[in-house]
Order: sequence, then structure tokens, then C-alpha cells
Amino acid sequence: MTGQRHERTPGARANPRAVLLGTLAFGLGLPLLLFAAVLVLSPLSRPVMAAALVRWLGQALGTGWEPSAWSATGQQLLYGVSIALLAVVLVSFGAVVSGMTVWWEMRVSSRMQSRVGYNRVGAAGFFQWVADAVKLLFKEDLVPADADHALFRAAPYFVLVGFALVFVALPFGESLVAADLDVGVFYVVSVTALVVVGILLAGWSSNSKWALFGGMRSAAQVISYEIPAGIAILVPVMLAGTLSLQGIIRAQGPWPWQWFALATPAGPLAFLVFFVAQLAEGNRTPFDLPEAESELVAGYLSEYSSFRFALYFLVEFGNLWVMAALAVTLFLGGWQVPFAGPEAFAAARGTAVLPAAGWWGLQILSMGVFAVKTLLVVNLIVWVRWTLPRIRVDQMMTLCWKYLVPFAFAALAVTMVWQIVVSRAPAVGDATGLVLTAAALLLGAAFLRKTFRNVAAAHDRVDLTNW
Amino acid sequence: MSQAFREYAAPVVRTFTSIWDGLSITLSHLLRRPTTIQYPDRTPISVRDMLPPRYRGFLEVDAAICTGCQACERACPISVIAIAVEKDPAQGNQRVVTQFDIDLAKCMFCGLCVEPCPTGSIQHTREFEGSQRHVRNLVVRWADPLKPFPVYKVPKGADHHPRAPLGSLVRAKMEWQRWDAPAPEFLPPEPKVAAPAVPAAIPAAAATAPPAAASAAPSTSPTVKEEPKP
Repeated sequence: MTGQRHERTPGARANPRAVLLGTLAFGLGLPLLLFAAVLVLSPLSRPVMAAALVRWLGQALGTGWEPSAWSATGQQLLYGVSIALLAVVLVSFGAVVSGMTVWWEMRVSSRMQSRVGYNRVGAAGFFQWVADAVKLLFKEDLVPADADHALFRAAPYFVLVGFALVFVALPFGESLVAADLDVGVFYVVSVTALVVVGILLAGWSSNSKWALFGGMRSAAQVISYEIPAGIAILVPVMLAGTLSLQGIIRAQGPWPWQWFALATPAGPLAFLVFFVAQLAEGNRTPFDLPEAESELVAGYLSEYSSFRFALYFLVEFGNLWVMAALAVTLFLGGWQVPFAGPEAFAAARGTAVLPAAGWWGLQILSMGVFAVKTLLVVNLIVWVRWTLPRIRVDQMMTLCWKYLVPFAFAALAVTMVWQIVVSRAPAVGDATGLVLTAAALLLGAAFLRKTFRNVAAAHDRVDLTNW
Repeated sequence: MSQAFREYAAPVVRTFTSIWDGLSITLSHLLRRPTTIQYPDRTPISVRDMLPPRYRGFLEVDAAICTGCQACERACPISVIAIAVEKDPAQGNQRVVTQFDIDLAKCMFCGLCVEPCPTGSIQHTREFEGSQRHVRNLVVRWADPLKPFPVYKVPKGADHHPRAPLGSLVRAKMEWQRWDAPAPEFLPPEPKVAAPAVPAAIPAAAATAPPAAASAAPSTSPTVKEEPKP
């Protein structure tokens, strides 16, 4: 045995406190920065507001800019720049949320399996998603020799575009939305269908059995589940009388008994159908048949590597936010802030073109409410994924056609009758909301009790240290 | 309630109850402490000390009490151990062990070599960390061909043979070598140019042996023929 003496120094370990502070600064700072950018840019990307901002800046700087006096090209350029900025911020938000969701999901899943999970890169392994992304970018961008080169290269962009376009109509707060489309729900459902096109293209162009199976399964699954999802979406649309996402939120209230999920007898059923269908459309477990590792290697993305693979990954996890935000928008009251109705927003806004400071505070509140609700639903999706095993193809189809579709129609019919009843006797509506909320709270309490009994049955205790 | 309705409704009920139970179970695990031990550097005590006492880790030979009986070599079912014993004329035909190689990469940790050892010289330790870039570096040489150790003579009536602390020797061997140490060359490298081979370059120690024998391969031909240096 020759050679130098083995060095067993403890290593140049960074100071744990510094690591924790750095992780916190990055992990909280980056999302907060993006939220702030959305907060500032989404109201200011309207032409009138952008012009007002430039005018205000001109006054502050003493240059006396007056956009309304500019040529039409100049005004359009100003509008274009503000819109482009907002688009960049929104797509970055999707990417960052996707990455952080990966980290959070891995942490939660490892706890559910009594493991520790990511713990190497940064505090609690937070930078693992950055490390993974960097690693993926450095991989060789491989196109199989027998693949359809053009389609193989194009497929990830369909997926990414289908994902990014949702953010156009997705609300973040009371006035925080890139474009409050009149047909918001319809638009969101349409552009998410682009993802299926991308997945099908990926599966076909890879020229691989696994990829083709995955792509076909995905197409069959997503197209099937769009039917119950669409019918379930009709319930809040009918209750609100509008397709606009902001309009649907405005038709609800801040309190749980005013949410569409709990305000009507068919609400819970419609929410459930919508939630399950969303899981299936997002290819989430238990509906991850298109990328079933044990059967299909990685399904439609078997042949992908490097940045193209990263795009699929980004969209898959970024979809969690989109799914959750849609569920919150349609059924869980969106950004509605308690004790701050539309009058409060209108009063705080003032009469000037540029809103007053109090209005911005209310916007931040509404954004916080929306983000917290969305993150709770994201957690629910993660939780379901690590609880349920993958279902079979026939079970997937049975669930859709024999159960979800009839249930969705039943919810729709009940809602129609309900609207007639409530128009005759409005008190019934409030009573139903309160009763359903109380029932939900009771169910939650029973669930927690069962959970703590489970912990006690294992002769263990609730211990959240070492997170 | 008709049969058909029951067949339709039963899966719905089962779905809800099983998801209810399942979510509760996963949540209860989420709230509990993980059972995983974070090997290697976040354990309260060294993993080596957490292992059960009869753990079969790396083999260790205490040369001070090795009788050179080669029982372990014969017991090994897969020829992991290679021992060469010679007589040393300089020490009055004292029997010396010139080679005692254990290939840890090949060892299956069955423990059959430990059983026949008359003095307990060869033992399993609780050492298990020995990553090496080159698999040949996992051949542990317990005898130095240049400094062979004399065999141990069992004192009459002795039922106990003092031994170095178990694990200390193999740990020293493992720590002696870098994990990425270069592997030993078994064969002389191919001549780069078509130059004539230079016999004078071969060390005198290996002059009488074929070049391939200057290796750790379990060969019967002894590596060293010259006088052992005390």
C-alpha cells in the first residue's frame, strides 16, 4: 500500500448560520422580488397607466415627458416595452415557482416516507433545484438519429408556450392580472390544450416505443378529462354569470361560506370533479400514466435530455401553481381580502390616474391572500401525489367516463335548480354556505384527530424539528 | 337499493374512505421525525460504532499472532486470500510469511476464513468504508515482501493470544492510501517506440521472476528471492 497519506480533514465547511442566511435571502428574496415586479408591472402595463407613470417620472426628473403628445409609434413602443417586461417577469415567475416547488415537493415527500430528503446544497438542500437545472443545462442536447428532428426540437416549445400563455389571464390580486380577458376561463382551457399537442409531438417524433405510448396515453387522458373539467368549470361560471376570471372572483366573497366550493350544495362535488380532472390533465400522480417509470421508462420524454428535458420538467411542476391558482380562482374565493370589499379598493385608489399608496397596500394584501391559498392547494396536490399509487389505464378511463362526467353533469343540474331556488329565497343560500362550512370544519377536525391518533398508534409524537 | 346501484356506489365509497385513510397516514408521517440516519457526517456517533458487534466488515490480520498455517486460504471458497510462506536461511530457517494478500473487492464477507484460524489472527472488523478509484487498490497486503514477518509460535497451553485492537490495523491500511491513488501496474507498460527492451532496467529483485509475478495476483511463485532485511 503506497501513496500519500489520506487526508481526512473535516473539510472547508461553510458556517451553517451563513448558509442559512444565504438560503433564506435567496429563497424568500427571489419570489418576493418577482411578486413585487408583478405587483408593480401588471397595473402599469395598461397604456393609460404606463403613460401616467412616464408623465410622473418626467415631472420628477424635470424632463417634462408627455406621452400623449408622442407619435402613435412612440406610444405603442411604450406599451410594447411595458408588456414585454411583464411577460418576462411572469415567465420567470413560472420558472422560479416550478423550481422551488420541486424542492418543496421532494422535502415533503421524503418526510412522508420517513426520509430526510435534500440536505446538501444550501440550508435544507434548498439550492438543489438550482444545481439540478445547471446540471441539465450542461448535458448534451441529444436528438436520436431516427427521430423527426424538426418536431423533436419543436415539441418542448409547444409545452412551454402552453404553460406560459396561461399567465396572461391568471390573476395575482385585485388589479394584478396581465389581461382580464372576458373569456378568461375559456382562454385558459384552450391554451393548456397546447401542452397536449407538445406532448403528443414529443411522443411521436422521438420514434421510440416508450415515448409513443406515453404520448398517446397522455393525449387520451387529457382529452378525456377535459370534459368533466369543462363541465365542472361551468358551475362557477354559471354562478358568477361571467367567463372572466376576475369576474368569477368578484362574484365570491372573502369568507369560506361565500366561496363557490362551499356556497352551494353542488359546490363541493364540482370542486372535487374539477380538482381530480386537473390532476389528470397535469399528468400528476395518481394519473401519471404517460410517464409511468415502471412501464414506460419516462414516457414521452424518454428521449429528451438537457435543456429540452428541463423545459418539460419546468412545465410539469410549474403547472402545479397554475392548477392551484385556477382552483383558488374558480372555487376558493381567489384574492378576496376580508373586510375589504370593492368599495374599499375604490376608495383607496383615489381619483388620480396613478393610484394612491393605500391602494397598493390593499393590492399587496390581496396578492398575499391569493398566494397563500394557492400554496395551500399546491401542498394538497403534493400530498395527494405521495399518498396514492398510480392507477391503471382502464381505471383511469372508468373514473372519467363512469363517475366524473355524470357527477359533473349532476353538479351542473343541481346548480341550475339551486339558482332558481336562491332567487326566490335568498336566505337559503346563506344558510347552505354556513352549514357546508361547518361541515368542512368538522371534517377537518375529524381528519386531524385521526392523524394524531395515527401518530400515537405508532408510539411516536409530533416532532417537526430537523426539518 | 338494486344490485346495479350497489355495484356502482361501492367503489365511490371505497375511494373516499381509502383516500381519507391514506392522506391521514402520510400526514402522520410528515409530522413525525424521519427514521433515516444521515450517513456519513450528520450522525451523533460514528456509523462504525452503531453497527452490531458481530458485523462482518473488512478482514483484518494481526501479523503478530499469525501462525502461517494457511487455513484461512484453504477455507476461502473464492480464493480471496493469497499466502506465501518461505524459510529464511538468514534466521536459521525460520518460516516467514512473504505474502498475505486479501482482495477486499472480491471478498464476500462470508466469514469462513475466520472460523479455522487457530489464534484469531484473521477477524472481521466493523470497518466498511474503503472507496477507491481503482479496484486493484482494494488488495490489502498484510505481509511486506521486502520485510516478511516470522510466523507466530503458539506458546504451550496458551488459550489467549494478545491482539491489536480490532479494526485499528485495517483502518490504518485504509487511511494510508488516498482514495484516488494510482493503481499498481501488473504488467510492464507497452514500449511506446519500437526500441529494444532494456533488461538492465528491470530491478534486480524481480530479475529471476517473470515480470508478471511482480504483482498482487495470488501466484504461488514468491516475489522476493533475496535476503530479507530485518
